[in-house]
Amino acid sequence: MIISFLSDICLLLGGFFTLTGALGLLRFPNFYSRLHAASVTESLAAPLLITGVILDTGLTLDSAKLVLIILIMVIANPTITHALCRAAAHGGVNPEMRLKSSEKKQSQTDTELSSKESK
Amino acid sequence: MIGNLHLIIDVCLLAFLVLIVFAVMKVTNLFVATMLFGIFSFVTALLFLDLDAVDVAFTEAAVGAGFSTVLMLAALRLSGAVENAKHRHSALGLFIVVLTGAALIYGTSDFPNMGDANAPVQLHLAPEFIQLTQEKIDIPNVVTAVLASFRGYDTFGETVVIFSAGVAVLLLLGMGHVEPKNEPEQNMVLWVVVKPFIALILIFGLYVQFHGDFGAGGGFQAGVIFASGMILYSLVFGEGYARKVISSRILPRLAALGVLIYGVTGLASLLWDKPFLDYNALSSNPVSGQHMGILLVEAGVGLAVFATVLLIFYSFSGVNHNE
Amino acid sequence: MIAAAVVALLITLALTLIRAFLGPSIYDQILAVNSFGTKTVLLIVVGGHALDWFSYVDIALMYALVNFVGTLAVMRFFEQYKPEGEQSS
Repeated sequence: MIISFLSDICLLLGGFFTLTGALGLLRFPNFYSRLHAASVTESLAAPLLITGVILDTGLTLDSAKLVLIILIMVIANPTITHALCRAAAHGGVNPEMRLKSSEKKQSQTDTELSSKESK
Repeated sequence: MIGNLHLIIDVCLLAFLVLIVFAVMKVTNLFVATMLFGIFSFVTALLFLDLDAVDVAFTEAAVGAGFSTVLMLAALRLSGAVENAKHRHSALGLFIVVLTGAALIYGTSDFPNMGDANAPVQLHLAPEFIQLTQEKIDIPNVVTAVLASFRGYDTFGETVVIFSAGVAVLLLLGMGHVEPKNEPEQNMVLWVVVKPFIALILIFGLYVQFHGDFGAGGGFQAGVIFASGMILYSLVFGEGYARKVISSRILPRLAALGVLIYGVTGLASLLWDKPFLDYNALSSNPVSGQHMGILLVEAGVGLAVFATVLLIFYSFSGVNHNE
Repeated sequence: MIAAAVVALLITLALTLIRAFLGPSIYDQILAVNSFGTKTVLLIVVGGHALDWFSYVDIALMYALVNFVGTLAVMRFFEQYKPEGEQSS
């Protein structure tokens, strides 16, 4: 059945994007990049997973309520992301990224060279 | 595969509970500890869902993750948010705790296993309730039938307890007075998005209230959800404007009205020579009398819970509003 | 396939918990808690369909709303408290 196949695809993709979103939440170096990674889950993975369940359920009252859940998530979670970003910006979280050690040495030698040149 | 899935979910969620508790012990900032307790309530509600206890999961999520977190945060705003320095460790305390825990675990070894089909509750009470619900009350949700009809006196006691909690908070704190602040419009996105959300939450609260006979729900959950809608309004637009929408003067009266509705429904059956809270007396047909009785008492419970929850929130947020 | 989605969601919950414990600033922890709530909603929907829980859609709907309200409450109260200094864990 093609609907069952589509449902499987949606669930598989949804699970994959959930995992990548969580991995990004764990591994990114800065608050704002983690915020961006976490928002992948709620904007992309959630509709995919719930669509997979809707395709599996068929056209009932339950699937209408599931569509409502998708709408709520797609509207509420980006609002939370926005509010969190504003609160963090006012709270003083620094948007600079940590440099890796090789880039640090490069930027140190750059500043040394530029200070020598200015002298 | 499905049996394995149950096991995997249970083991993972229980492991999460242990991890969260260890984290709460280590953290010193109380804001973070409160948020971790919110997650704890989420995980507990998931466990309840896995054990097929749907109404309990509903209430746990609404109260534990929603209202309880908000209340503790409101209290933290007034007290400090960092834990006091730790006192010296006590070996005697540890010994007593371990001894008590061991005694409790030894005591539970006599219990039947969880979900055992031969436990006394499965052999005597549960089949009787299921059969009686079908015969006498005829609604799909057995939990609501037990809560509102078979054990209606107990639920009346619970409603009075909730009302007393509201009275105690009023006596201790009072609701204070908060002026509406004319803040500049700083967060347009929140203001625009939250307005339809409040409407959705309120409608959902009404749905849960009246749908409690057929699905998960009932008066308690509906009251908390309804109050969460008002709390959302108060969080985004300021407590001053929220108090203009639902004034602090009417809330204690609403709570008392909820308890009164419950009590009067019980008293009405006395007029027809039936015992207190016997809903069969409310109509010529006993089954429709039960339906009418459950509708009325759930409405009373929902009203009382809504008013008490909102009253407690107003009290906490109205204390010593210095900025 | 749906079992794979449930296992993926459980792993995601564990990873989000780690971020909630670690997060150097409080905003990281607020983000992780909100994310945990969202994943819980997804777990209820997917797990409820797989394991046939009763009336799981109403509960998922309520969770989504409660998560929204709870996170807004945390942010609001934290920014009112913040002038007295914030400490991470």
